[in-house]
Amino acid sequence: MHTQAYGRRRVSIRKFLYILPFMVLLATFAYYPLYGWVYAFFDYMPPTPLSHSPFVGLKWFRSLVENPVKVNQLLQVIKNTFGISGLYLLFSWLPMIFAVFLSEIKAMRFRRIVQTVTTLPNFISWVLVYSLAFSMFSSEGMVNGLLKQLGLIDSPVLFLQNSEHVWITMWMWQTWKTLGWAAILYIAAITGIDESLYEAARVDGATRMQAIRHVTLPSLLPTYFVLVMLQIASFLNNGMEQYFVFQNAFNKDSIQVLDLYVYNLAMGGGSYSVSVAISMLKSLISVVLLFSVNGLSKLIRGESIV
Amino acid sequence: MTFGTTDKTISVLTYTLFALFALMCVYPFYYIIINTISANDISARGEIIFYPRHIHFQNYLDVFKIPGLWNATLISLERTLLGTLLTVGASAFLGFMFTQEDMWGRRFWYRFTILTMFFNAGIIPWYLTMRTLHLTNNFLAYVLPAIVAPFFIILVKTFVESTPKELQQAASIDGAGLLTLFFRIILPISKPILATVAIFAAVDQWNSFQDTLLLVTDSKLFSLQFILYNYMNQASSLSTMVNLQNAGSTAMASLATKQTTTSIRMTVTIIVVAPILLVYPIFQRFFVKGIMIGAVKG
Repeated sequence: MHTQAYGRRRVSIRKFLYILPFMVLLATFAYYPLYGWVYAFFDYMPPTPLSHSPFVGLKWFRSLVENPVKVNQLLQVIKNTFGISGLYLLFSWLPMIFAVFLSEIKAMRFRRIVQTVTTLPNFISWVLVYSLAFSMFSSEGMVNGLLKQLGLIDSPVLFLQNSEHVWITMWMWQTWKTLGWAAILYIAAITGIDESLYEAARVDGATRMQAIRHVTLPSLLPTYFVLVMLQIASFLNNGMEQYFVFQNAFNKDSIQVLDLYVYNLAMGGGSYSVSVAISMLKSLISVVLLFSVNGLSKLIRGESIV
Repeated sequence: MTFGTTDKTISVLTYTLFALFALMCVYPFYYIIINTISANDISARGEIIFYPRHIHFQNYLDVFKIPGLWNATLISLERTLLGTLLTVGASAFLGFMFTQEDMWGRRFWYRFTILTMFFNAGIIPWYLTMRTLHLTNNFLAYVLPAIVAPFFIILVKTFVESTPKELQQAASIDGAGLLTLFFRIILPISKPILATVAIFAAVDQWNSFQDTLLLVTDSKLFSLQFILYNYMNQASSLSTMVNLQNAGSTAMASLATKQTTTSIRMTVTIIVVAPILLVYPIFQRFFVKGIMIGAVKG
């Protein structure tokens, strides 16, 4: 009896030992960087190592609310982050509508081609998106060439060096890249809807639009709800790649979102400590957001997201 | 389903909008391809819009004369091959191990893994850590952090859980150890999901740009994505350089094959995107399957 329990325990530990090396890797690359947060409490100036840098306590955090230049900069960055994330949230229903109307199309060949072609941009990098954008919209690009040939303009329109409408253009590129892919989830959900619901709707004399409104959309709402919650949770995390490749001297003020700002501060300006301080606040707020939407989901749907 | 024909207008409108958006998704690729194979002088004037003119393939030979492009291609291929292999192996093994209910601390370690999908320290703390680990200007920085990938682990775990338990039990009764079970039973039956994981991992590796930007200053380790980004700004000096090289060797380059800023930029773009364009249509169903299974909560 005793030895049997002992043997079971040994098997259990041995199984853990198999995954231990992987857990060490994970700890190193996903958890150990949290230690990097200590840089926020020092006056770190490379090449002086951290061990020789003076401890400054909350100086950098205070500077974020006290130093007028920094406050202004940060406010602009937060405005950009909210603007771009807000636009994205505002149009979060687009993939759902895309899927609904695509599923209405009866020509299967056409439908398959549209689906294949529109998911392609999701699989190219932002550098490539920028390169495509440059080919199409730079001063010697295709669009300006066409406009000139048609005699609509004399001098090229500087689409990419424009400081206006940056949020909207960024949202548009993002949508171009991800719309088709994001729709797939909804297409799958639509395939799963019970056909008899549509039959019943038709017997009741419903038009196509009425069937969409009363059958299709209600079945998709749970999926939509979860995705919106996740989107809110990552409201501050725009990522930096898209904004990094599209940024230039002209649009810099309105393209800097938090993730890019943090990068520019540290790698461009050498202000590592302030950058880490902002990064830290951002991560903490994101965790709070995640827990909030998770709680909200439990409250509304009785089911957690995470 | 069929409904009344009152919605004809809506029908026409949907077809038009979808056709238009599909065109917007595919035309930029087409535009660049036809420009790289057209006469470079016409292309530089922006006159190639619908079909190629004076087709030639000199550009594809010429771009590899740019120092660093060939090396970057190799680096990108290496990290994609090695990175994919390691990620798929680790995802398969961990996905399987997390189904082992008698493993010590299984629930805790699974959560420990999944949590990293929702939380990270931030890019600069990550960079500072990688530096203390001596992973700057180090090829390992491309593959090591990608090995344990929570999303892929969820995919495999969900798949293994959906396979009949009897298979594993029968093998255990026959005296198969854990590793035998993994290699002989789990790996073969998980092939479909591993193909999905492989294709995702490969695309991620190939497209990765940020790690080079942050961690690498040694040009011998530059990836194709990073080099393309650099070339966007240097295309005009690069074209001059290639032209000078050509002037020495072959007969006088005609205007049609002489390199321009546009030809260099576009040809490199096609080289960077080619693997995706070639692989994507063949494996599209794997991509779709990935997101469907991923949607089921892990």
